[in-house]
Amino acid sequence: MTCFNETLRLTKLRLLQLHYEANCGHLGGNFSCIDALMTLHHRVMKPEDRFILSKGHSAGALYTTLWSLGHLSDTDLKSFIQDNSLLPGHPSGSGIPGLLFSTGSLGHGPSLAAGLAVALRHKRLNHQVFCLCSDGEWQEGSCWEALNFSVHQRLENLTILIDQNGLQGFGRTKQIVSCEDLLPRISAFGANAIRVNGHDHAAIEEALRTSSEGSPRIIILETTKGRGLHFADKLESHYLPLSQEEYLTARNFFEQEIFE
Amino acid sequence: MRKAFAGAVLAQCNRPDFFFLTGDLGFMALEEVQASFGERFINMGVAEQNMIGVAAGLARESFRVIAYSIAPFCYARPFEQIRNDICLGKLPVCLVGNGGGYAYGHMGPTHHALEDCAAMSALGVRVLVPAFDDDLPALLTQIDGPTYLRLGYEVRPANQAVPQYAPWRELLPGNGGAIAALGPIAGLAWEALLDLDLDSRPSVWAVCEPASVEIPSEFSRQIEGKTLYVLEEHVAQGGLAMNLTLRLAEHGALPRQLIHRPALGYPNGRFGSQAFHRAQCGLDAASIRSMITGVHHASRQQA
Repeated sequence: MTCFNETLRLTKLRLLQLHYEANCGHLGGNFSCIDALMTLHHRVMKPEDRFILSKGHSAGALYTTLWSLGHLSDTDLKSFIQDNSLLPGHPSGSGIPGLLFSTGSLGHGPSLAAGLAVALRHKRLNHQVFCLCSDGEWQEGSCWEALNFSVHQRLENLTILIDQNGLQGFGRTKQIVSCEDLLPRISAFGANAIRVNGHDHAAIEEALRTSSEGSPRIIILETTKGRGLHFADKLESHYLPLSQEEYLTARNFFEQEIFE
Repeated sequence: MRKAFAGAVLAQCNRPDFFFLTGDLGFMALEEVQASFGERFINMGVAEQNMIGVAAGLARESFRVIAYSIAPFCYARPFEQIRNDICLGKLPVCLVGNGGGYAYGHMGPTHHALEDCAAMSALGVRVLVPAFDDDLPALLTQIDGPTYLRLGYEVRPANQAVPQYAPWRELLPGNGGAIAALGPIAGLAWEALLDLDLDSRPSVWAVCEPASVEIPSEFSRQIEGKTLYVLEEHVAQGGLAMNLTLRLAEHGALPRQLIHRPALGYPNGRFGSQAFHRAQCGLDAASIRSMITGVHHASRQQA
């Protein structure tokens, strides 16, 4: 656990540096899901499992997670949102091992993941498929199409995580088109849905390891957008890059962060 | 063409590496495919965005996938899924749009597909428009990347043998220029002009791949200094004529004159059968024949 915590700390610092050096926004959604991404990739996923980042605007969190696993180098990360790069602001499905699809337009991941899950089941392979969505993303009708299908197909090898940070592009989710009650809505479709603290690594791991017999598993991660940053839980965290002072303050926070 | 398609799927694609997805369509056509494919046949319900996403997921795991629906539900509704999920990954998914052009006639404009080839070509999808039922087996062996197969109703003149499939085929010889006709319209033109003599009719070519193959040199030769006719049950924008004339211009092989008959939408705001809509666009047999005899008559007077 200590080793994981240290890796997580370094990865958060690297994510912070990545966005700061690239003068890139979208920090909020990256820091709301980095705990779950790291827990999933380091403590649950096996090499043969599949992962789709449906909330493609958290590409930085995925890239640094892959960096923490040794799949991307520091040189690779330096090319983030630069010219002639394999690391655009939303992930491309070509060029980076493990990235299967180009994502960024919301609402695509659940169907793609369902297709992978059907294929793996048909091949009689015991691999798991994981897909990370945002909460605003569930305003897309295609997510519900995919959920309906996945429940009907009893895709128990499929897990969809939803980063419920409560903020989206131009306001709070509950004030735009509310997704606050995602859990009962999704449960009503017949999926095994649970809610966990999306910054509690042990709780995330336990949820990911709970069996989901006869149904896809949906894990709703209660998170804080931009956790650890000066604009945590504020709309600005969706767009704005960091000034030097804000960067140094955030570095200090993550260097001192105490893990439960 | 639906039943011929189903037969061709059974003959060419009933292999362990193929999945068949349908958007809840195929009554009295796909039952045998369903039975033969077993769990590799999935009725996806009325959810076309999901159908295409799932198709991409299957294809990413090395399956070839056929995704079938009424044409506009197949290419227009899930347009972004086609673009991002299939085309960016160059995945082997064949979208099958039944009822190309006005083929769904009386069902109304929501069921017509008039801009499908342009939309799919613009994404880099290989567009296949069979002219005859016999073309389907050959076409279904070509699903190596993103593909759109537009199904319609064949027109086949009585007592005429259909030449073997090729992306461009000469169906009828003629000395008065050449007709390039998209898919089934070629059979209609063939039938309409069959009894005219060689000097008073153009040749008739069936074009089944409007954007992705080289124009035969024989066709270019036939239009040199003569009239090029393009017939397509598809809007002008991004259709066969635009693709063809661009490529001819690039090669400096321009005809003396271009006469283009595309789909015109709904010019009088009224709706009817496929034959009704074709007639409104000058794409019925009588209109095609009178177009040719009119041009021939005018050119003789000029001479």
